[in-house]
Amino acid sequence: MDPTTEQAVAALGDVELVRRLRDRDERTFALLVPAWSPVMLRVALGHVSSRATAEEVVQETWLAVVRGIDGFEGRSALRTWVLRICANVARRRGVSESRVRPVGLHRPDEGPTVDPGRFRPPDDPYAGGWVHGRAPVDWGPEARAVTGEVRRRLTEALHELPARQAHVVALRDVHGLESAEVAELLDTTEGNVRVLLHRGRAALRQRLEDYYRAEVGER
Amino acid sequence: MSDRLPCRDFVELVTDYLENTMDATLRARVEDHLAECEGCSAYLAQIRLTIDVAGTVEDDDLSPQAWAELRAAFRGLD
Repeated sequence: MDPTTEQAVAALGDVELVRRLRDRDERTFALLVPAWSPVMLRVALGHVSSRATAEEVVQETWLAVVRGIDGFEGRSALRTWVLRICANVARRRGVSESRVRPVGLHRPDEGPTVDPGRFRPPDDPYAGGWVHGRAPVDWGPEARAVTGEVRRRLTEALHELPARQAHVVALRDVHGLESAEVAELLDTTEGNVRVLLHRGRAALRQRLEDYYRAEVGER
Repeated sequence: MSDRLPCRDFVELVTDYLENTMDATLRARVEDHLAECEGCSAYLAQIRLTIDVAGTVEDDDLSPQAWAELRAAFRGLD
């Protein structure tokens, strides 16, 4: 979510958000929906196969949240409670879809995440070490300033990841959920979340490396 | 000194390292390796930077149509 919305939601706090939702305050609803729908869409997409269905899941979840707000007991964060409802709604939709739920959150990908050609072969005295000239090099101080172009590239790369890696990286690194929560919401294990996170992050890093090296090469 | 940790192995351990799910022995081996390997130190820094950039991404929201429908439904709640 954009920083100002995030600040506004954080400033209100759960107690105030619940109070306003109970009062059916539309301004608060209009603040919360864009704040949390992106992360909810990611949760939904972990269970249903189409974006249109995921949007329906999120719509249905919001209405359930508002209708059922008295059921929030404050034992978790409000967002956590909302995401759990979203996962439940998504699971029901996923089951009723004619397809089995999306392939292989249970089947971690395999194989190296970095081009094996960058490492010395087994018969080399420094087997497994970076090949000279192919080791990662510091991207320089400018890289620490996250420009719009870099963000755009990473967003693009995120969209191009295999779906299950994209959802895990988004939930963990874009939206900041802990791995345990990601695992619970996507009905998988923390171990599997870490495997998907590992592969997704490696692919994104490679895209940024390609970008930064192109930039350096042009100077 | 611990057994050499090949760089090829470090890159596959980087997520466990950052997620702090390594046992102490392996963690020590990784840190020993990082202390003496510029390439792997750079790789770790790049993964961290990737995570930082990801944290600034604005993920896709509901479509305007879906939001309009939802708002209408909200207004229609009793």
